[in-house]
Amino acid sequence: MNGTMNLLLVSTWQTVYMVFISVVIASIIGIPLGILLMITDKGQICKNQIVNAILGFAVNIFRSIPFVILLIVLIPFTRFLVGTSIGTTAAIVPLSIAAIPFMGRLTETSLREVDRGLIEAAQSMGASPIQIITKVLIPEALPSIASGVTIMTINLVGYSTMAGVIGGGGLGDLSVRYGYQRFMPDIMLYTVLILLAMVQLIQMLGDFVAKQLSKNR
Amino acid sequence: MISIKNLTKVYHSDSGDVMALEGVNLHIRKGEIFGVIGLSGAGKSTLLRCINMLEKPTSGSVEIDGVEMTSLAPGDLKEMRKKIGMIFQHFNLLNYRNVRGNVAFPLEIAGLDKKAINQKVERLLELVGLSDKAESFPSQLSGGQKQRVGIARALANDPKVLLCDEATSALDPQTTLSILNLLKDINKKLGITMVIITHEMNVIKHICDSMAVIENSRVVEQGPLLEIFANPKTDTAKKFLNSITMSELPEELKDRIRSFSSYHMDGKIVKIGFFGNVTAEPIISTLVKKFDVDANILFGNVDHIQGTPYGTLVLELRGNNGSVDRAIEHLKNLGLKLEVI
Ligand SMILES: Nc1ncnc2c1ncn2[C@@H]1O[C@H](COP(=O)(O)OP(=O)(O)OP(=O)(O)O)[C@@H](O)[C@H]1O
Ligand SMILES: [Mg+2]
Repeated sequence: MNGTMNLLLVSTWQTVYMVFISVVIASIIGIPLGILLMITDKGQICKNQIVNAILGFAVNIFRSIPFVILLIVLIPFTRFLVGTSIGTTAAIVPLSIAAIPFMGRLTETSLREVDRGLIEAAQSMGASPIQIITKVLIPEALPSIASGVTIMTINLVGYSTMAGVIGGGGLGDLSVRYGYQRFMPDIMLYTVLILLAMVQLIQMLGDFVAKQLSKNR
Repeated sequence: MISIKNLTKVYHSDSGDVMALEGVNLHIRKGEIFGVIGLSGAGKSTLLRCINMLEKPTSGSVEIDGVEMTSLAPGDLKEMRKKIGMIFQHFNLLNYRNVRGNVAFPLEIAGLDKKAINQKVERLLELVGLSDKAESFPSQLSGGQKQRVGIARALANDPKVLLCDEATSALDPQTTLSILNLLKDINKKLGITMVIITHEMNVIKHICDSMAVIENSRVVEQGPLLEIFANPKTDTAKKFLNSITMSELPEELKDRIRSFSSYHMDGKIVKIGFFGNVTAEPIISTLVKKFDVDANILFGNVDHIQGTPYGTLVLELRGNNGSVDRAIEHLKNLGLKLEVI
């Protein structure tokens, strides 16, 4: 019993660690990417067809590669970045890289929902593009961006279950190696329950944050 | 103050080119309230947006206070825009900011310090009568209150010009009136030149000094309000005027008038349109006394713009031996627009 407990604790921690760091990295890079995607598009405040086309193409490429393949394809890059291509920390690299374009698209969509009239009003006051981004677009879209982060986090929990392929551990790996390969249905059940609780918790937390951010609106 | 010459705007869209403005010339004087009226799609919004370059004109020139807007560098345009306020039909307030924050917004953009911003916001809220709503969010305000915030925000950087695009079109008649009065007050107090876009003649009648009529991308008529009211040249102008002067009676009303007087077959029904001080003359009593004609008022509509009365009167005249014809002759000589129905 103690051994099972220990396995579950370690694996849960690995999942939380992988997902959390990836969420942070993907947000830091993905949200600005989404902003760039939005503002460089036709008819937007910094329209730039070349930048928009390149970013859009890159995003689409990464989003069309299945995560399991991305895990393997990125091995050299991961080794270059963190010095090793196996382990929990190494798994953060492909997880983040899968999540960045996803977060980019989610953010872009959130920003597009901001009423054009607000951008125009700011322009009519002589606002610069930077001012429009920081004082209109981001704060207006913040509740929606927060919901985007929630969706991405839950997606990353899903992706993280494949981290076992490069020795990343985590709950998914545990359920495959013990629950499936060693016929330990109890472990299988526990991992599923923990994942379920995790997703529920993330969703609740995300909804709460989004709600707080849209208070008074 | 604002001088628009040969302004043309073509929109290029996937479904082809749209000529939204064609050879528009307008002159708007300092301190006046200038109204632009036209039907939906005539090009009103485009015209207004070409004034502050939200829309880049295809050709022509827009000069504000001697500054040519079409060739300004981006930085100069930003500075210039701070001196041109704009308010919108749908208010366009920031949802994440309360009233105070919305009014502070343009001041932050202009780079004022916190203390100066706070002082200014207080004064602006007082000006538009919203001091007690400073902490409310847009979602908690009525349409009229939202537009007041919009006005306060537009005035924040002490603009020389205020552009209003259908600023009252989303409001009920009473609220519309209160917003128009506020704009008029501000115009008087601060001497700001205003350009008002609308499709309602009532708005123009209420606050404008001059007006232009825009139709199918062209300005077809412009001038001081009184002149256009007294002497509309184009059919479009006449139609818009008619919406408030009723100088052309609707058929339905004519029918009613006819049926109303059908048992007096001997009389004549005349419609009199007047504009200006002719009405100071006691027309009806003159008819009675001098021509021995009975005058029965079937329909009347009197109002005034800028203190000048105007209106339409439908009279049934009855009398003997051509006295009615003589009375009609007299009325015509007074310079009244008269028509026998
Ligand atoms: N961004 C745009 N792209 C293409 N066509 C446009 C665009 N904006 C306006 N138009 C077209 O230009 C013409 C004039 O439009 P505008 O918005 O100036 O009319 P309006 O007089 O303000 O009408 P309304 O009273 O309905 O607001 C219309 O035919 C419209 O379809
Ligand atoms: Mg319009």
